[in-house]
Amino acid sequence: MMDAASSALQVSLHKQMDSGEGDAFSLDVQFSAEPGFTVLFGASGAGKTTILDSITGLQVPDDGRVSVGSRVLFDSARNVNVPTSRRRIGYLLQTLALFPHMTARQNIEYGLASIPVADRLVRIEEAAASFGITGVLNRRPAQMSGGERQRVALARALVTRPCALLLDEPLTALDAATKSKIVDDLRRWIAAHAVPVLYVTHDRQEVYALGDRVIALEAGRIVAEGPPQAVLVRPQSESVAQLAGFENIFECSITAGHPEQGTMTCRIRGTNLLLEAPLTRIAPAHKVSLGIRAGDVLVANEPPVGLSARNIIPGRIAAVLQQGVAVILTVECGAKFEVHVTPAAVHSLDLKLNNSIWLVIKTYSCHVLQTPGGNN
Amino acid sequence: MILQAMWLTLRLAVLVSLILMVIALPLGYWLATSRWRGKFLIEAIVALPIVLPPTVLGFYVLVAIGPLSPIGRWYHQVTGGSLAFTFRGLVIGSVLYSLPFAIQPVAAAFSSVDRRLLQASATLGASPWRTFRRIVLPLGMPGVFTGLVLSFAHTMGEFGVVLMIGGNIPGATQTVSILIYDQVQALNYRVANQTALLLLVLCFTSLVLLYGLRRTASRSVLRWP
Repeated sequence: MMDAASSALQVSLHKQMDSGEGDAFSLDVQFSAEPGFTVLFGASGAGKTTILDSITGLQVPDDGRVSVGSRVLFDSARNVNVPTSRRRIGYLLQTLALFPHMTARQNIEYGLASIPVADRLVRIEEAAASFGITGVLNRRPAQMSGGERQRVALARALVTRPCALLLDEPLTALDAATKSKIVDDLRRWIAAHAVPVLYVTHDRQEVYALGDRVIALEAGRIVAEGPPQAVLVRPQSESVAQLAGFENIFECSITAGHPEQGTMTCRIRGTNLLLEAPLTRIAPAHKVSLGIRAGDVLVANEPPVGLSARNIIPGRIAAVLQQGVAVILTVECGAKFEVHVTPAAVHSLDLKLNNSIWLVIKTYSCHVLQTPGGNN
Repeated sequence: MILQAMWLTLRLAVLVSLILMVIALPLGYWLATSRWRGKFLIEAIVALPIVLPPTVLGFYVLVAIGPLSPIGRWYHQVTGGSLAFTFRGLVIGSVLYSLPFAIQPVAAAFSSVDRRLLQASATLGASPWRTFRRIVLPLGMPGVFTGLVLSFAHTMGEFGVVLMIGGNIPGATQTVSILIYDQVQALNYRVANQTALLLLVLCFTSLVLLYGLRRTASRSVLRWP
């Protein structure tokens, strides 16, 4: 069955967004999703749901083009707009939207109206077996657990053999064990059918767990795409950085570049604090944001010597907060740094409020982020 | 005499509620889903019979279906008869008069159906008609029943519009409420009393039946939440 189902989903959309609260922005995206997982990652309000709704035809973009393989589903230039019911795009909504008055079996059967009854039964049994829901087929959604509902909704979307599958944060409400079992089942299905899957999430862990490829979205624009490590470990944009876990983000201006050392000196704005960061092509005197993970900062209780790290910054502990198995230090160095250490380190270094300490930060722990609007 | 009026009233109420359902299901669905900017105008027109005195509504309907109006003349040409002071004219007037009581509960029930269910239905390949039949109608059934009960009860007890359009012709346009009025005018209180009691019992019984039916129906259709 090598039909259109084995081809990439290509999307190009433009839509003026009007949230009704004055913060209007325009959605402008262009990407393609090959068979396999593509994760669409971004904060809420970045336009993720609008993209999915436009691909399924539930919303009409101002202009653009949507196609799966050779099938054109929407093309504003050629006035093509295939109705949702004929697009053959599986869509798993965040709320699942199982029909409450139907049993699991009836829910799954709903999308099979156009095929003969005997084939329907075979497909339902198949889907039920591969998603482990044979036992709940005669139950209504209200009588199922959250995980079972999730599986029924997945089976309902997949049993129709869609050309592409869109998942809108479908697993957020589930515990990790259930989640990873469902993801495994889903992976197996995708491997067997070779369809593009667009998976929307704002959860960093899910990105690492799922992503063959990540597209990071910010205020209606794609700010980064690539393998999850590349997008999340060295994020290029500030909002991805916050999502990716950069507790320290500093507005800096570049004071000097050192091409021979591969570094540049940046001054945190409003202070005299200097940080050495990896050299970029941004010219001196320009603004730049540096992101530093709280866990990447080393702490010393006397001036350290003989280290390769370029940034050694004296400071004073302004707050100590125990959170779970980590201790969060707020260190005043002219600018406030958040530093995560273990309780053992607090004990052995005797880290107390108002103690003087030194922060040690490697050049490559200072990540240069693109500032919104100033990207080039 | 009483039985004749009773039979006529019952026929009128059943016929009017059925016609109203035929109108209310599509119109209610349209009101629930349309994003047309002029929708409020239609909503206002549908609600008008609630505030308008029955005599005003009846008067306009009478003028509209009378032998001098285009509708009345067209009807005369086609059928050779007239609409004013006939059972058919009564049906037209009653449908207009009870319109909001059928449409409003239906529209409210349809618009309370989660829009995401409709979207899910569309992505599963269902046409709008199939979505209506399999999702909107079953989930909106309690509202449809309420609309049916209200339009039936409202037609059973109506007086002003019937008097204006139908007059008082036994066997053709004399409903129970008109008969009671007639008997009281003639100081014939015994018959008026019997008729009134019969109407009370009949209305109460039909409501009990319909609400009982709705209870069982909604229990089998809906086990959610």
